[in-house]
Amino acid sequence: MLTVRVQEAAFDPAAESAALAAGRQDVGGIASFTGICRADDGLAAMVLEHYPGMTERALEDIARQAMRRWPLTGCTVIHRYGRMLPGAPIVLVLTASAHRAAALESCAFLIDWLKTSAPFWKREEFADGTERWVEAKAEDEAAAARW
Amino acid sequence: MKLLYFAWVRQKVGVAEEKLSPPAEVRDVAGLMAWLATRSPGHADAFANPRQIRAAVNQDFAGPTALVAANDEVAFFPPVTGG
Repeated sequence: MLTVRVQEAAFDPAAESAALAAGRQDVGGIASFTGICRADDGLAAMVLEHYPGMTERALEDIARQAMRRWPLTGCTVIHRYGRMLPGAPIVLVLTASAHRAAALESCAFLIDWLKTSAPFWKREEFADGTERWVEAKAEDEAAAARW
Repeated sequence: MKLLYFAWVRQKVGVAEEKLSPPAEVRDVAGLMAWLATRSPGHADAFANPRQIRAAVNQDFAGPTALVAANDEVAFFPPVTGG
């Protein structure tokens, strides 16, 4: 089961996780990563812009790669866009497998690749009215390259 | 050709999208950026440093030597920062 969604609305990690195990008896574990908006440096809000059409294609492509590379029974990738307040969940990656190694490794692979291969851009808004675009980090490129 | 701009590239160019017909000598992504830079002060500012800009042709990431054609959708944007 492969689920990819790009949406403005919040998501429910518990419900998404339950859906990966529902009705099957071959799931031994589900790994999850939830990315949450931090409030660094007085951040008031984070605005995520994306490239409609390409975003869905890129996320599906990355999720299919994970399904081919690891013996997964299911994989869910949900990425939000729009205005996020500190504490808001932004991205959810779930990977289900019979055994933990495949689930944990593929979850790390997916979030590393999302950082460098999904067409999203973050703009930070601060309490004093200033704003800035988040710059891509070399360490994210290095994290994706290890796979 | 359909051009799309995202993030600060969009802010500098001043529009999110435009339809243009580049001259025949514009053959690849690098050539397209050089031509776009001549179109307005906003374009010139956005494309002042092509190395800071990434591109996609028909919704696939594309390098500076990737070919572009009349009916393509070409997008320009900063390095991505999702996740």
